[in-house]
Amino acid sequence: MILMMYSEKVMEHFMNPHNVGEMENPDGVGEVGNPQCGDIMRIYLRIENDVITDAKFMTFGCGAAIASSSMATDLIKGKTLEEAWEVTNKAVAEALEGLPPVKMHCSVLAEEGIHKAINDYREKQGFEPLKEKTDA
Amino acid sequence: MNTNKDDTGNIIYLDHAATTFTDPKVLETMMPYFTENFGNPSSPYDMANVSKEAVDSARQQVATAINADTDEIYFTGGGTESDNWAIKGIAFANRKKGNHIITSSIEHHAVLHTCQWLEKQGFEVTYLPVDKYGQVRTEDVKKAIRDDTILISVMLANNEIGTIQPIPQIGRIAREKNIYFHTDAVQGIGQVPVDVEALNVDLLSLSSHKFYGPKGVGALYIKKGTRLDNHSHGGAQEKKKRAGTENVPGIVGMGAAIEQATSQLEEHAAHMKKLRAQLVEGLLLIPATHLAGHPEKRLPNNVNVIFEYIEGESILLMLNSYSIAASTGSACTSASLEPSHVLIACGFPHEVAHGSLRLTLGKENTEEDVDYLLQTLEPIIRRLRAMSPMTPKEQRE
Repeated sequence: MILMMYSEKVMEHFMNPHNVGEMENPDGVGEVGNPQCGDIMRIYLRIENDVITDAKFMTFGCGAAIASSSMATDLIKGKTLEEAWEVTNKAVAEALEGLPPVKMHCSVLAEEGIHKAINDYREKQGFEPLKEKTDA
Repeated sequence: MNTNKDDTGNIIYLDHAATTFTDPKVLETMMPYFTENFGNPSSPYDMANVSKEAVDSARQQVATAINADTDEIYFTGGGTESDNWAIKGIAFANRKKGNHIITSSIEHHAVLHTCQWLEKQGFEVTYLPVDKYGQVRTEDVKKAIRDDTILISVMLANNEIGTIQPIPQIGRIAREKNIYFHTDAVQGIGQVPVDVEALNVDLLSLSSHKFYGPKGVGALYIKKGTRLDNHSHGGAQEKKKRAGTENVPGIVGMGAAIEQATSQLEEHAAHMKKLRAQLVEGLLLIPATHLAGHPEKRLPNNVNVIFEYIEGESILLMLNSYSIAASTGSACTSASLEPSHVLIACGFPHEVAHGSLRLTLGKENTEEDVDYLLQTLEPIIRRLRAMSPMTPKEQRE
């Protein structure tokens, strides 16, 4: 059963997730996923001088989706946009001490959510959106 | 003390449709057949005859419980094996007569996947739709029947939503058309009366661990005169239809369990209905919550609710941290990542079906258990909704 395959770190972030909630007037927002598949992740960013000063999330989904949202927002706080763009799904999964194979897509969702929020900010600033790496 | 709580360290177990504990009285009847009465029922000496008599007597107990003759009961390795045998056995033995099978879209996977496999072998299968309560319409059965239909298989009661199907009516239709009729009654025993004569069935599957018997043992009722292929080939066990040394302790336990379940049926069902009413009333106080399945024609111990805006696995995880065991139809607990085929067939949209919670009561549950569940669940739902971008603003706090 999948519930027994979660690491302690996943359970910690699921039971007491960090950075939950909406953000008033965020500088960037990214929503990814699909309710039909059972996952939607919305990432909010507060950005000052190209540094992420705050990140929040709202997630509809399983334990892994909520834990990945919590961990991903933790990982990008304080990072420059350039650094945050490089936070991969693998980094999120590793920080969570691993995810069950069928749940790896939750960490992919977190990476995509961050990218989408960063590009939302870039577009608002009049910059070209960054391209996803093909191997992402 | 028969309570599961004490046996497993204060777990509130609300997943009896998944499995039940083996009743201590049932376990007691089984024990001698592991040790002193270990003889092989097929052996010729007196000591083995004790085992043979025990199997015969269990067969009698099962037959009596479902109003069948003793020689119409065949022991198997469980519900899944019974379903597989019934469907494949009829299909291959009657292939000359026809190629078409009718089943419903909400069957257990033991039936659905068997039918899908038979399609690969060249059979044609019609999967009947259900109404919003998960009931098969008898008109749809009539319409689906063809000249080459050889088997109809519709479950007695659904394992996820508990909806009870019009089995006697479907059975009458099948009999008029001379088509074999199988029902998976795995969830029904001990919850509702199961009488093979009243149900008009030719084959009926049973599983012991759903009614406080041991796991790994079940039975298939095969009406006399039914043409079906043998399950396995080897020794002369089960009238040569299912070869292999009998699981004697399991069979003895199943016999004791079904006798107990049917003798306590009325009082058990009344207890379950009382707790179910308390449970449903409390659950529906939570906003944006829907009862899945039929409001009345459902198993007395089954409750299936859907909480909008959230996902079932998260609910289970949180309940688990409060020592409550339950189940969900969400994709996220399955490897397929598809939500419950039953809820989808009832017409629930995918995103809503993800928020299902199945609570199935058992004889050891009390009003206090239900209260504890309700007190625990309400804040969990609120917490998860507060995190969900699907939740409308006014329902977030």
